[in-house]
Amino acid sequence: MYAQMIKSEATQDDPAKLEEFQARIDAGDKIEPKDWMPEGYRKTLIRQIGQHAHSEIVGQLPEGNWITRAPTLERKAILLAKVQDEAGHGLYLYCAAETLGVSRDEMTEMLLDGRMKYSSIFAYPTLTWADMGAVGWLVDGAAIMNQVPLQRTSFGPYSRAMIRICKEESFHQRQGFDIMMKMCSGTEAQKKMAQDALNRFWFPALMMFGPSDAESKHSEQSMAWKIKMNSNDELRQKFVDQTVPQAEYLGLTVPDETLAWNEEKGGYDFAEPDWNEFFEVLKGNGPCSVDRIATRRKAWDDGAWVREGLMAHAAKKRAAKVAAE
Amino acid sequence: MSGDKFEFLLRMGDTTLILGHRLSEWCGKAPVLEEDIALANTALDLIGQTQMWLGLAAEVEGKGRSADDLAMLRDAWDFRCALLVEQPNGDFGRTIMRQYLFDQWHILALGALKANADERIAAIAAKAEKEVTYHVERSADLVVGLGDGTEESHGRMQAALDLLYPYVGEFFDTDAADQAAGFDPASLRDAYDTALTATMAEATLTLPDSRFAHKGGRTGQRHSEHLGHLLTEMQWLQRAYPGASW
Repeated sequence: MYAQMIKSEATQDDPAKLEEFQARIDAGDKIEPKDWMPEGYRKTLIRQIGQHAHSEIVGQLPEGNWITRAPTLERKAILLAKVQDEAGHGLYLYCAAETLGVSRDEMTEMLLDGRMKYSSIFAYPTLTWADMGAVGWLVDGAAIMNQVPLQRTSFGPYSRAMIRICKEESFHQRQGFDIMMKMCSGTEAQKKMAQDALNRFWFPALMMFGPSDAESKHSEQSMAWKIKMNSNDELRQKFVDQTVPQAEYLGLTVPDETLAWNEEKGGYDFAEPDWNEFFEVLKGNGPCSVDRIATRRKAWDDGAWVREGLMAHAAKKRAAKVAAE
Repeated sequence: MSGDKFEFLLRMGDTTLILGHRLSEWCGKAPVLEEDIALANTALDLIGQTQMWLGLAAEVEGKGRSADDLAMLRDAWDFRCALLVEQPNGDFGRTIMRQYLFDQWHILALGALKANADERIAAIAAKAEKEVTYHVERSADLVVGLGDGTEESHGRMQAALDLLYPYVGEFFDTDAADQAAGFDPASLRDAYDTALTATMAEATLTLPDSRFAHKGGRTGQRHSEHLGHLLTEMQWLQRAYPGASW
């Protein structure tokens, strides 16, 4: 899940129009960019899709951190392909958000000056090669939990972007699990790296679903509008139930002493992550928060002359074409 | 003669490996998202080509080494990459100029190699040529766009060309290793110059008068200081945990 704590906007629109809009959503219609929509729906979606797009872009960095140290040519190629997919996801999502009347450049500026967020998970460091496994297995695994239902979201361009993205995410998760399998059947040092990666990524992965439903103020409106399809706790439970047996298969220990199967609910009981840490990360106090944004800002600032140069060249070509006609 | 052919195959594979690695250093840091995608895509193609070239090199050598062994367990003096691709990325302009100067040679080299008497070489060249056709189209477009863009972009591209042009000459020295593989890079120079002259004219950039050339990468006689640092990073896991399977 790459969108967290999305504040859903109250809306001041004409009640008759709102009712008609809600009826369309309830009937399973897709809302398209030129259709009437409540201002709150538009703003909430911009925030949600924008945050998702930013997460794909910032998410390149923790993996890029290991592309140059990938242990084999094949692993290097797979990681490059994965990061390339992520940049592509960012592109679809920015395009989807642009249909709502905000430009990619505006969204980028908002990310860089802190008005828009990216997923808390990417503010954590990738310290060993096993982290490439853990990121694919846990982070992409958690993202898929959220994104599969979002394929049915009410906003057409977002739904279509999700359909494309989901196809690629399942490959990402598999390659992550494959790295973990290799590590867990490898040397003692490799097993230690794998366990260490799980220890560090378990709770941050659980945080990806956002705070518990009781704390999540904005869910109700978003769920009515079908821009949020499941509650945070529901998805988190599903993720834990899916992931614990995978950890057991790998021979790894989930770093939660309270973890226990609950026969009655047919799922695991597990410890909540430290939500104070989560809120601090969202405020910009994650272990890599400063570096991530500094890297993106440097890329943006250093790239200004390139963007300007290419625009100037395109303008010259257009002018030459007009002159020739 | 198999030693010489091995040498030739290392030249191809090491050059694509080191350039692919350099491009992958850009991950997440390009000036626009489309360029992030294109740089990763080009790097991916080059690493794929490396797997083929070094895979064949290992086979020709016949000592039981794999492509990964060649990439990850040789020291700098055994590398046969051209000096051009060892050069650091610098700004985006320098990266793109390095790419174009290489791509323009690469497309011509592959065009010649796809008719190679060794079917294995011909097959790799034919496959790689399809990818490189796109690489050179893109890098030439960017050289033109940035050369003929703003005053600043023009200045940066001219500086990149001045800096990197002395690394071009090395690609056109035909020696015994090339000949052993039936490859004559010297014969490609005229076509290269014609293409380069046309691209630079459109880009409003001036080719340096001097044909002075730094040499020693493709022969392995004298690499740049940069290569050792690159290998330190690239080979670290394999060196730190010998014998592990990843």
